[in-house]
Amino acid sequence: MNTVVEKTDTKLVVTVGSRVDTNNAPELEKVVFDNIEGVEHLILDLKNLEYISSSGLRVILKAQKKMNTQGSMVIKNVCQDIMEIFDMTGFSEIMSIE
Amino acid sequence: MKQTLTIDALNENLHSVIDFVDEQLELNGCNMKEQMQIELALEEMFVNIANYAYEGRTGKAEVIFSCDNGVAEITLSDSGKPYDPLKKADPDTTLSAEERKIGGLGIFLVKKNMDNVAYRYEDGKNIFTMSKRITK
Repeated sequence: MNTVVEKTDTKLVVTVGSRVDTNNAPELEKVVFDNIEGVEHLILDLKNLEYISSSGLRVILKAQKKMNTQGSMVIKNVCQDIMEIFDMTGFSEIMSIE
Repeated sequence: MKQTLTIDALNENLHSVIDFVDEQLELNGCNMKEQMQIELALEEMFVNIANYAYEGRTGKAEVIFSCDNGVAEITLSDSGKPYDPLKKADPDTTLSAEERKIGGLGIFLVKKNMDNVAYRYEDGKNIFTMSKRITK
C-alpha cells in the first residue's frame, strides 16, 4: 500500500501506506514536504498504517513542527498498536489525533 | 535452539533481517502485536549498526535468535567501533512539539518495547541482547 497525496487549495491530505520504516521514510518525508508550502490544514490519514519505526516518527514530528508555524495538523484513523507507539513517545500529547 | 544470520550491515538488508526473525517468531507462535514490537526493536538496532558501527565501511552484523520458555531473545553483534546504545539519554517525551528534537527515539523505542535489554563489549565486538516474553 503506497502513500497517496491529495491537495486542494490550502488543504493537504496524506494517506500513509501500510509500513513506514528506515528504507521508505525518506519517500514519505519528500511527499509531505514537497507539498507543504502554503498548506494550512494537513491531515495525515493512517488508516492503512500497521508499522512505523523511529524514522517514520521523525517525519511526523517534523511535519507537526512545520504545521505549528503555518496552520494545523490532524492525524486520523490510528489503529490501537500504532496508538500505543504514539503514547509511549509522547506524540499523543503534542498532536491532534482523531 | 539458536538460529543465526550473518549479513552485511547495510540498510538494504533490513528486510532480510526482519524476515529471518519473523519466521522464527511465527514458528514459536507469537501474536501480531508482539511481533510488531519485536520487529520495531530489531529495526532500530540493526539500522544503528548499519549506519554507525563501521563508519562508512561495510562490515558484518550477526543476529542470533532463540526462544526458551516463551521468551524470545535476540542478540545483535558487530565488530565496529565500541558503542553502548544504553548510555544514550532517553528523550524527554513531555516537551512541546517546538521544544522536542527531531529524532533520537530509536533506542528509547527498543527499551519500551522489549522486556530486557543489555549491552556488553567483548572480544572486539559490540553485543546487544534484548528479550521479550511472547504469547500466542
